[in-house]
Order: sequence, then C-alpha cells, then structure tokens
Amino acid sequence: MKILVVDDEKDVQVLFEQRFRKEIRTAEMKFVFAFSGEEALAYLNSHEHEAVLILSDINMPGMSGLELLKHIKQKFMKPPPVVMMITAYGDAENYNIAKRLGADDFLTKPVDFALLKEKLKTIH
Amino acid sequence: MQFEYIVLIVLFGYLRNNLQTKTLYPQWDKFLLGGLMVSVAFLIISTTIKSSDVITTWIAHGLFFAIIYLAIKRKEFKPVLSIVYAIIPLVAINFIEDVVMLISTSFYDEWSDYFKTAGIFASIWLVAMLIINRRQRKALEKERLKTAEKEKEVKVTESLKAELELQVAERTKALTIQKEELQLALDELKATQSQLIQSEKMASLGELTAGIAHEIQNPLNFVNNFSEVNAELLDELTHELDNGKIDEARVIAKDIKENEQKINHHGKRADAIVKGMLQHSRTSSGIKEPTDINQLADEYLRLAYHGLRAKDKTFNASMKTDFDASVNTINIIPQDIGRVILNLITNAFYAVTDKKKNLPEGTVYEPMVTVTTKKGKDQIVISVRDNGDGIPSKVIDKIFQPFFTTKPTGQGTGLGLSMSYDIVTKSHGGELKVDTKEGLYTEFKIILPL
Repeated sequence: MKILVVDDEKDVQVLFEQRFRKEIRTAEMKFVFAFSGEEALAYLNSHEHEAVLILSDINMPGMSGLELLKHIKQKFMKPPPVVMMITAYGDAENYNIAKRLGADDFLTKPVDFALLKEKLKTIH
Repeated sequence: MQFEYIVLIVLFGYLRNNLQTKTLYPQWDKFLLGGLMVSVAFLIISTTIKSSDVITTWIAHGLFFAIIYLAIKRKEFKPVLSIVYAIIPLVAINFIEDVVMLISTSFYDEWSDYFKTAGIFASIWLVAMLIINRRQRKALEKERLKTAEKEKEVKVTESLKAELELQVAERTKALTIQKEELQLALDELKATQSQLIQSEKMASLGELTAGIAHEIQNPLNFVNNFSEVNAELLDELTHELDNGKIDEARVIAKDIKENEQKINHHGKRADAIVKGMLQHSRTSSGIKEPTDINQLADEYLRLAYHGLRAKDKTFNASMKTDFDASVNTINIIPQDIGRVILNLITNAFYAVTDKKKNLPEGTVYEPMVTVTTKKGKDQIVISVRDNGDGIPSKVIDKIFQPFFTTKPTGQGTGLGLSMSYDIVTKSHGGELKVDTKEGLYTEFKIILPL
C-alpha cells in the first residue's frame, strides 16, 4: 500500500518512517512525502493511481489541505484515493468542511499512531 | 495813633483767623479776642477823647511786644512769624518815637523828620513783607494743591491697582480651576488610552490564540510520538543486544539519539511559542534586550498566518521570507517590536485576502506576503510587503492617526498602526515608512538604528 503524506513540517517524514519502520521493512507499506499541497498535486499528476491513501495536514502555506482534498475528490482521479485529514484543529467547522469535501477520515494532532494503524488496517 | 490800633485790630483778626485759635488753641483765642476788643475800644476812644492818648499808646505798644514775643517764642505761632517780622520795624520806630517824645519833646521835634522818614521806610517794609508773604503763601498753597492732587492721583492709582489685583486673583482662580479640570480630563484620557492599548493587545492576542493552538500542537505531535518511538526502539535495542547483534544495536542507538534531538528541538519550539504568547499579553517591560530579529519576525509571521487560517477557513496566502543572516541580535523591546511586526503582517494578510475576495471569479491572483530583514551600515530594516490593493493616496496621510481604520466597524480599533508608529519612533528612535501603489502593493519598513 502506497501512502502519500502531506505536511509542511519536514520532521513528519522522520516520524512516519520511524513509526512505521516495521511496516516499511516488511514492505507492507510504502511512504511518499510532500511538503505542500502543490507538491502533493504534482506527485499525484505524475504518479497517477499509485497512492491509495493520502494523509494530509490542513494548515499549510499556499494550498491548504482542504483545497488539496477538493482537487483530489472532485477534479482529480477516478476512483479517488482514500484521503484522511490530519489537523491541529479538532473543531467542528474544520471537520464538517472536510467531510463535505469528501474526506474519508479526520484525525487531530498530536497523532495517535496506534489509532492510525487501526484505521489503516480497516482500509487494507 | 489810630493807625496803630487799626494795625492791631487787623493783626489780632489775622492771627485768630490764620491760626484757627478758636478750635485749635482756645486759651490763645481768649487772649487774641481780648487784644482785638481792647484795640477796637482804643480806636473808638482815641477818635473821641484826645487826652486818653498817652495810656492807650503804651498799652498798644505792650500788645505789639506781646504779639512779637509770642510769635518768636511759641511754637504754635510759627506760621505767622513772617507777618510779625513785617511789623517789627514799624512797632520799634513807633516805640522809640514815643519814648523820645516822652523824654524830650524838643529833641523829638528836632529829629521828627528822621522819625517820619523811618516810619515811612518801616511802612514800606511792612507792605513789602506783606506782598512777599502773600506770594510765598500763594506759592505754598499751589505746592500744597499740587501735593494734594498727587496724593489724589496716588490714591486713584492705588485703588485701581487694588481693583486690578482683585481681578488678577479672580482670573488666577478661574484659571486654576480650569487647569485642574483639564488635568482631570487628561488623566481620564490617559487611563482610557492605556485601556484601549490593552484592548488592542487583547484583540490581537485573540487573533493569535488559534494560531498558537496550531503552532503548539505541531511540536507536541513530534514530542509525544518521538518519545513513544524511542520507548519502542529501546525495547528493540535491548532485544538486539540480547541476541548479540552489536552493529544493529548501534544503528538503533543512533536513531534513538536523533529522535531525542527532535524531541528536544520541538519541546523548545513549544516553549518559545508559549513564551511569545505570554510576552505578547504582558504589559511591555519597556526594557531593551538583545533579540534575534529574524526569529522574532518568523515567529510572528507563523502565528499571524495560522491565526487567520484558523479564523477564516477560506484564507489562503503564500508567505515568503528573506532573512539577512548577518542581522543577528539587536537591542529592542521584544514585546513591542513583536507587536509592530504582528500588526503589519496581520494588515498585509488582511489586504491580500480583501483583494482576492473582491476579484471576479477566475482571475489569476496569488496572494503573497513577504517579510524581509536587511542589515545596513548603521540600521536594520524589517519590511513587510503584500501584493494587495495598496493604500489610496487620499488616506495615506491618515494611516498613522489613532482610530483611523478602513476596516468595517467592529473589525479594527484603528490603533494598530498609530501604536506601531509610537513604538518604532518614540521607544526605539527608529522610523516607520510606507511605500504603496494603488492596486499593486504596500510595503511597510521598520527602520531601527543599530
């Protein structure tokens, strides 16, 4: 399973690689990182249908996570990949917008990786 | 002899009148009145009975001498002394004439012409003295009148002065009351101003809160997760050591160390954010301290960005920073300059958002806010530039005035820029400049002396 992680925080890459090191080692999961919405779109354009899951931050400079979500779900690919939003804001408004735009799930920071792994298993 | 009696009568009358003895010296008045009456009686007698001449003549001489004596000796008779001097020759000659006549009639007859001449001279003396006396008295009277006039003038001046002083006192009192009222009003204004500053600060803090929440969750995300990862890695490390796989244990140990550094880094980051927030809400210490301008600008840029993002979900803008690494630290009041930077950045974001909102759908426009620092020879320039709609030239002169705002009612206090201006110019001796082109851009420059 190929997962695209989108966040403007560079350390997210190290964190995911450490958290999922067993899954990476067994090649159960493969991670790709993008540090902005634009970068994520560029990746998806050139690697269509590769990523099945996208984990995106909402608050990013430039294109926000919600805009990225809108692109992916409405204009981009058929069938669209699963998109999970990860944000520091657990407020209802963010949640509702994300859901309306077609987000498959919604997680808040700090990320509970045990919970995230559970959710990934169900997708698998 | 009648002439002498007339002189006596006139003299007594004159003395009484001139010296005002009736009121001032009653005891002398009796004498003068007596002398006057005696003289009148003598005049009547001498005109009716010729033989009585001898006795009355001597009594008349006595009266003359008495007057002369009194005028010379008594203090109270001093004012009439000059008149008395005038009659002395006449009295003396008359007296000598009578004495001579008494002793030897023949001798008198022989010298009578001389006596007559002397009498004429004495009479001339008397008249001359009287004229001089009169003149002197007139001059004195004039002088007295002048003095009286002057005194009157002085009195008028004094009363005017007193009146003026009264007016001055009244005015002073009124002014003092006015001054106190103004002082009170000023105090109230000052209190209101500090309240407004506080509410302005709280308003900007409110804008920040959401940004701070976001900014703090991100480092916390790393702190929590990396520490959990490290716990897992330590288990693995022990496991590898138990199996004697030293090289693999080394790799894991290296990962643990790297993660630990990340935990530390993000912990410090969260700490700095909280400190910044506290600093922002605190009353300015007013103390300048060495501050990393680049870090301060970066911190507030992020806070402002995330704050606006949290408030307005549609908000979107690109941030660009161009920091001059040679800037290093500079002595400033960090809370105050932080507030200025925050204010300028918030305004910039507001400007680009506003422009985007008003553009027709489909127009290509990339909202952009750029924060730049640059070190000059003796100054540091922090500039905040946006590609919003710019400031119209008709309001450009007003933007630093307190309470001036272009935002809708309730959205801006109109104090941000005026406070920023005061902070930069007054507390830091710097300059706050603005460069703008309508429809294109606005750039604020904070210029701080080194």
